[in-house]
Amino acid sequence: MLEELCDWISGTRLSLIIQNVSWIIPAVQSLHILSVAVVMSSMAMLDLRLMNLAGRRQPVSIMAGRLLPWMWSALGVLTVTGAVLIIGEPSRDLPNPVFQAKMAMLGVVVALTFVVQRQIRKEETFWETRRIAARVAAGASLLLWVAIVTAGRWSAYV
Amino acid sequence: MLIPQICRWLQATSVATAIRESRWLFPAIETLHVLATVMVVGTIAMLDLRLLNLASRDRAVREVSADVLPWTWTCFLCAAMTGALLFSSDAVKYYGNLPFRIKMLLLFLIGVNTALFELWSFRGVAAWDRGRTPVAAKFAGGLSLIFWIGVVFCGRWIGFTTTLR
Repeated sequence: MLEELCDWISGTRLSLIIQNVSWIIPAVQSLHILSVAVVMSSMAMLDLRLMNLAGRRQPVSIMAGRLLPWMWSALGVLTVTGAVLIIGEPSRDLPNPVFQAKMAMLGVVVALTFVVQRQIRKEETFWETRRIAARVAAGASLLLWVAIVTAGRWSAYV
Repeated sequence: MLIPQICRWLQATSVATAIRESRWLFPAIETLHVLATVMVVGTIAMLDLRLLNLASRDRAVREVSADVLPWTWTCFLCAAMTGALLFSSDAVKYYGNLPFRIKMLLLFLIGVNTALFELWSFRGVAAWDRGRTPVAAKFAGGLSLIFWIGVVFCGRWIGFTTTLR
């Protein structure tokens, strides 16, 4: 089924354009990495703040309010550029177990970030008053993002 | 010529040979290089956007720089070290690679831009710390952003002109 899907995608006009214009994939990968830079640095700053390891002079809610809009926008760019890369080379990604793990981890971390943000909106000092929960959530988020970037690079080699 | 000789010596060292001959060392070092690079670019972009008055407008420039620059420098050190290891694995080829040369030129320009900013406009930061930044600071922030974006594009371009990954 997955193989048929890959074959179908590879035969579409859009995929053929991406495959045949040599600069599209490197350029789109570069935009993808620039968006990763925004997501990764925003999340690292926020997660380190939640773990009380950085930016202690500001409340979590203010930091989240400043960083998360950039993070979600960059995640939008990541989704679009990621989709272009998959359409261009579906068999490099879709059947690749490293890519599948990356998508699963992405789903978990997006849900986690959504919960972190929603709790802040409900109660500004939610995470400051729940230190252990904050450390667990932030630690998991940071590890997941590092693993996602790692899986992104390794999927080129598997 | 001296540099090609150094490159030949470098790629014959035991470390470079190990990276070249191992199946997993290159991807592992490359992953660390990407992680460090995205942190450098993302954190410096936070300061650049503040200098351009496009983000963190309610915060003092010195507060933003004190928050991000220690991370930028630490990650830059990691990126430089992992980059040197990747370079060593095939030094002659990378040295002759056009995107690699452009990337090094951009890094040099980033160094010049940063030094000029520190020595010139940042000296008077007390006057504009909490307000709108002067033209010279905006210029430095804008150039930094453009140069770093160029570094990422060249970095990816190196991969496609050497190993096709």
